[in-house]
Amino acid sequence: MLSSAVIVFREVLEAALIVSILLAATCGLPRRTLWIGAGLIAGLAGACIVALFAGSITSAFEGTGQELMNASILLIAVLMLAWHNIWMSHHARELVAHMKNVSAKITDGSLPLYFLAVASGMAVLREGSEVVLFMYSVTASGSSASSMMTGSILGVIAGILVGRLIYSGLLRIPTARLFQYTGWMILLLAAGLAASASGYLMQAGILPYQAPLWDSGALLSEKSITGQLLHILIGYQERPTAIHLIFYLVTLCTIIAGMRWVGHRSNLRLQNSGA
Amino acid sequence: MKKLLIAALFATSTTAMAAETRFEISIKDHMFSPAEVTIPANQRVKLVVSNEDATPEEFEGEDFTLEKVIPGNSKATIMVGPFEPGRYEFVGEFHEDTAKGVLIVE
Repeated sequence: MLSSAVIVFREVLEAALIVSILLAATCGLPRRTLWIGAGLIAGLAGACIVALFAGSITSAFEGTGQELMNASILLIAVLMLAWHNIWMSHHARELVAHMKNVSAKITDGSLPLYFLAVASGMAVLREGSEVVLFMYSVTASGSSASSMMTGSILGVIAGILVGRLIYSGLLRIPTARLFQYTGWMILLLAAGLAASASGYLMQAGILPYQAPLWDSGALLSEKSITGQLLHILIGYQERPTAIHLIFYLVTLCTIIAGMRWVGHRSNLRLQNSGA
Repeated sequence: MKKLLIAALFATSTTAMAAETRFEISIKDHMFSPAEVTIPANQRVKLVVSNEDATPEEFEGEDFTLEKVIPGNSKATIMVGPFEPGRYEFVGEFHEDTAKGVLIVE
């Protein structure tokens, strides 16, 4: 029972962390719960479909279908998180004003926030399909099915609880600083996901195989709780290759550049309208 | 800097592409057979893992980075290495108690 709880918890944790950080990062944004909720439901439905067609996905593209799908899901999530951060560097100030004083208007607040739905949906899709496959696997294997199932459900609940805790913790950050902190978190998260995507592309043979630059598994295993958390939050890998590092750094720099550029432009506009 | 990195990437890829050696592993009753596979060092190796159970399994490297779900009653091709000589453990993550295996690289 415990082993199945741990496996499911590990899978759920990544999705739960991404969603809770997104929720905190969009605090005060009108209808963001709706968008994120819709993404979650679509992601869950998608996860079941992916699990159902796991066989055909695995054998697709000469046996690399699974890796290609995982890489695509991750890269789409990266794109959406990048979009979120760049969008926020334009709107964060209005949001802070809005949270301090509800009457302050959020321009574009009624705009569809597709990126929130897609980002949370992708997070659930990837991890969810593995949870569904695992649960199917334990229920179908007979003997200890019910205790394994109980464990799995406990794992799901524990994962969601940790997400919930992180969310409450983030909301304790003073409003003026909240979006700055969540922005940095999402930045590192996105860079880590991009590095993971490159791993799948290497596994599929699209990117060349490389020997790891180092192995810090003995120091901090990716399977330990700390290792797992750091893997999700900042993209820690125990055996990174040069390609992992390149993907990580390029994503990091591109998003920062985008945020700076948009932030600079909206500053200029504010100055002009103030003058 | 960027050009240098790209050049480095292609340099490593050409050596890795050379020859492929193929090994078969099957999964039955959530156990790998053979559970010990000896593969050549410093070479890209193809593992054909056939899951003969009705349930899916996730092939996961313990001492190398690899994760692949293998649905029930199906085969998956997994490329590993090139590795330095040594022992590289792997597990079936969905049944970690019984599904254990090791690549012995010589």
